[in-house]
Amino acid sequence: MLLTLSLVVPLAGAVLVAVWPRRTPERDARTLRAVAAVFAAVPLVLLAAAWARFQGTGGFEQVEHAAWIPSLGVGYTVGVDGFSLPLAALTALLFVASIVYPVDRKGREREYYALFLFLEAVSLGVFLALDLFLFYVFWDLSLVGMYFLIGVWGHGTRPERARRSALKFFLYTLAGSLAMLLAILGLYLSTEPRTMDMAAIIAQQPLSADHVGGGGGGWLATLVFVGFAIAFAIKTPMVPFHTWLPPAHVDAPAPASTILAGVLLKMGTYGFVRILLSMMPETFQRFAFPLGVLAVVSIVYGALVALAQGNLKRRIAYTSVNHMGYTMLGIAAAASLWAGDVAARSLALTGATVEMVAHGLITGALFLISGSVWARAETYELSDFGGLASRAPALTLLTSIAAFASLGLPGLAGFVAEFQVFVGGFGVYPWLAGIGLLGILITAALFLHLLQKLFLGELPERWREWPRLAPLEVAVLGVLLALVVWIGVYPRWLLDVIESAATVLVAR
Amino acid sequence: MSGSHGMPVGTVALELAVLVGAVVVLLWALFAPRRLQGGAPVLAAVSLATAAVLAARQLAGAEALTFSGTYSLDGAAVWAKLLILAVTAVTVALSVAWLRTDRRFGEYFTLLLFAALGAILLAGAADLMELILGVLLSSAASYVLAGYHRTSRLAGEAAIKYYLLGALTNGLMLYGAALLFGVAGTTTFATMGPVLAALTDGGGWTVAVAAALLVMGLVFKIGAVPAHAWMPDVAEGSPAPAAAFLTVAGKVGALVVLARLFQVLPEAGFAWRAVAAGLAAATMTLGNLAALWQDDVRRLLGWSSVSQTGYALMALACLGRSALAVPGLLFFLAAYAFANLAAFGVVIRLRGLTGRASYSGLARARPALALALAVSFLSLLGIPPLAGFVGKLALFGAAIEAGFTWLAVVAAVNTVVSIAYYARVLGPVYFGEPSKLLAEETPVLGPPPPSWWARWATAGTAISALAVVALGLAAEWLLAAFAGVRILP
Repeated sequence: MLLTLSLVVPLAGAVLVAVWPRRTPERDARTLRAVAAVFAAVPLVLLAAAWARFQGTGGFEQVEHAAWIPSLGVGYTVGVDGFSLPLAALTALLFVASIVYPVDRKGREREYYALFLFLEAVSLGVFLALDLFLFYVFWDLSLVGMYFLIGVWGHGTRPERARRSALKFFLYTLAGSLAMLLAILGLYLSTEPRTMDMAAIIAQQPLSADHVGGGGGGWLATLVFVGFAIAFAIKTPMVPFHTWLPPAHVDAPAPASTILAGVLLKMGTYGFVRILLSMMPETFQRFAFPLGVLAVVSIVYGALVALAQGNLKRRIAYTSVNHMGYTMLGIAAAASLWAGDVAARSLALTGATVEMVAHGLITGALFLISGSVWARAETYELSDFGGLASRAPALTLLTSIAAFASLGLPGLAGFVAEFQVFVGGFGVYPWLAGIGLLGILITAALFLHLLQKLFLGELPERWREWPRLAPLEVAVLGVLLALVVWIGVYPRWLLDVIESAATVLVAR
Repeated sequence: MSGSHGMPVGTVALELAVLVGAVVVLLWALFAPRRLQGGAPVLAAVSLATAAVLAARQLAGAEALTFSGTYSLDGAAVWAKLLILAVTAVTVALSVAWLRTDRRFGEYFTLLLFAALGAILLAGAADLMELILGVLLSSAASYVLAGYHRTSRLAGEAAIKYYLLGALTNGLMLYGAALLFGVAGTTTFATMGPVLAALTDGGGWTVAVAAALLVMGLVFKIGAVPAHAWMPDVAEGSPAPAAAFLTVAGKVGALVVLARLFQVLPEAGFAWRAVAAGLAAATMTLGNLAALWQDDVRRLLGWSSVSQTGYALMALACLGRSALAVPGLLFFLAAYAFANLAAFGVVIRLRGLTGRASYSGLARARPALALALAVSFLSLLGIPPLAGFVGKLALFGAAIEAGFTWLAVVAAVNTVVSIAYYARVLGPVYFGEPSKLLAEETPVLGPPPPSWWARWATAGTAISALAVVALGLAAEWLLAAFAGVRILP
């Protein structure tokens, strides 16, 4: 019941908030935010309870099932394992953080909070779903939710810019999800008996060599793999499918950017692990090296382009491309069945998942910070800033922690992830991992440059009265970054959960 | 129950109910005083309800051919008839307020019932003559429905285009039927099938030409390439409730009888699978591309209807090769019907506002209508968990299973393309500022109707939108019912 409740409560909250009676605008804003925060926090509590109950058997735990469309082999099945539990918990935490964070809601409070709660429910659904049909339903609904969030509350130089970015995001990612629909059908039609249940498909391995003949399956397996890979590569995003990301990130309101970077991007990499790596490992192995190459391209290209950005939010957006490249490098290393030993591959996969969690927290915090900057300055151009350290010490401290975590400073979460990815990656694809290290170097440069531009140097005249961070903002950022520090210093609690699934998966 | 002597009238009870209803409504319209003309839609609704009850009873009965094998009572026919009856009932609700100032208010409902009867006859037709009867009856009534606003230039243009195209294709269809009768010696599908199958080469050119001509008539009815040109005009020019009906009901009946026809034609003589697949691809692509340029919401809905026909044709290409083909077709038609009705319902409630620009900001001015429009468009797109998604899933699955993976890919690409024009309407609805017309609530076409008349249209829209959501969530109920359905012979 726990997991279903964590899906139902935010949905119920969304409906409740949408029909909340109107009083004065200021009271409404405060009441609605509190109500929405409470509803958003319930899944966090429930998932913490689920974490406490988690046993780490390597399979799916706390599974809840109900029949839905038996004629198509579709059932309502949710559960957790070592991969989905940390991601679901991250989702819940980021949503609470985003909902309470102050932002200009343009007078449409009800729709904003209702949409956020709806998006939380469907995002949790993507990670908790153990049925392909259910997974697809939640995946598409998350696109719809984010489309409206960016389109209505986005900001840009002109109002149509936000709508254009929203449409580009929607078109691109829906095209990917239609490729995934065809791939799901291809996979479903190969199962015997017909089922959409993930656990059953993992057990059946319908597109493996014993079923379709030929190493790693023939053309059907390839087509299905490509369909899924396109969808997940667009969502991750990997170069060259990443062009929807910068406009969507920059024009979205800060909390929506946080969710986009912290939650939606993870769905792509999660899909690679949950569907491709678990259900079609032989086919994945054939594509592991090309995916590794694309991952390294994302790492280096993402970092280089980020370095070239003069716009704060665009710079952070491109570092997302870079960090998801690390994740993909780890997954690609884990997918190769013949090169490297099991320990290296397990390490790479664990590192990839830790990177997902760490990136969510770190970049989520960075986007919230950029939201605070926008609220005070109405500009993202780095050249407009300077010397803010004297006026805003809390902002400086928090941004510095986030920046150092993002570049992989030891003692912070980013280092744990990148260390594992590279050590594991060296064991499998030494050359790729070596080139990938360049990414860390460039990321270091771009973040140090960012800190210097924002906080050091001369304070321009117009920021003389720069308002300090509100206590709420400090509290939210503090929680996120405290978690980053904690994972960096003592990651065992997280690694135990992830490794329970990773070791089982790569040993298959 | 193929009684060769005597007429098993009981098997066509629901058709009789609709027929009698139509005549009663006509008499009422002719002789009832002005202030009692509102009884016409009530009588129409009663007749539809009676027919629906009779159809539901037929569901429980055996699947068989009746009337010497010319009329079919199989599952597909009965479900199609139920759908047509439901669509007609919703149309009656949507039409009440729209036409209340028309002098020929009552006769409209007669024509509606006749058009529905024609579509119902098509759905059950298992004989060439029945097929022609159904096509002609539904077409004749539809032409008049399309041009019902007698002083409107747009309506006249729509009706004339519809009629000319219909006359041409129906004429070709008659030739084809005659040719096919000449080759097979019989008009009944059940006996025609074995005869045609026994011919060498599947009958060669004669059968191919005959079948092609015959199919043309049905292609016109469903609004597929190349006889699709009437749909956007009818959607734009005819009275909005009639447009809602005409873009849905004829399609349902004609697709079922087309499936029936395809099953008896020999593949060697007439490569109907390839034809169906080709028509499907062409129709969905043309419909989508043309919709991209539309600024008039009603014309856009017309072109989108054309493209939805293309998706439905995919199921026909997969007949016999995939167990998902028939359930997929029926479910998709149900989802499409209600989504289209909901969209037109919104158009009807916003009487007179048809430009894309005037829909801007609808979400702030009329949030419930905007929600209905969003539900409708998202279902037509195929966003889960709405009914349109389950329909498309079943169709894609059928196509892949039947070996038409390329068709499924084309359909997926077309779905992506269709996002553009649906979003171009939905985007401003939610993101834009209310347009002047919406903000001032200026009625564009005459004074607003008295509230209890208008309530029927709202009810019709609400029911359609709810049906879209409910069918999506409770898809199992219908899918399980469709699973055992057959298409005889």
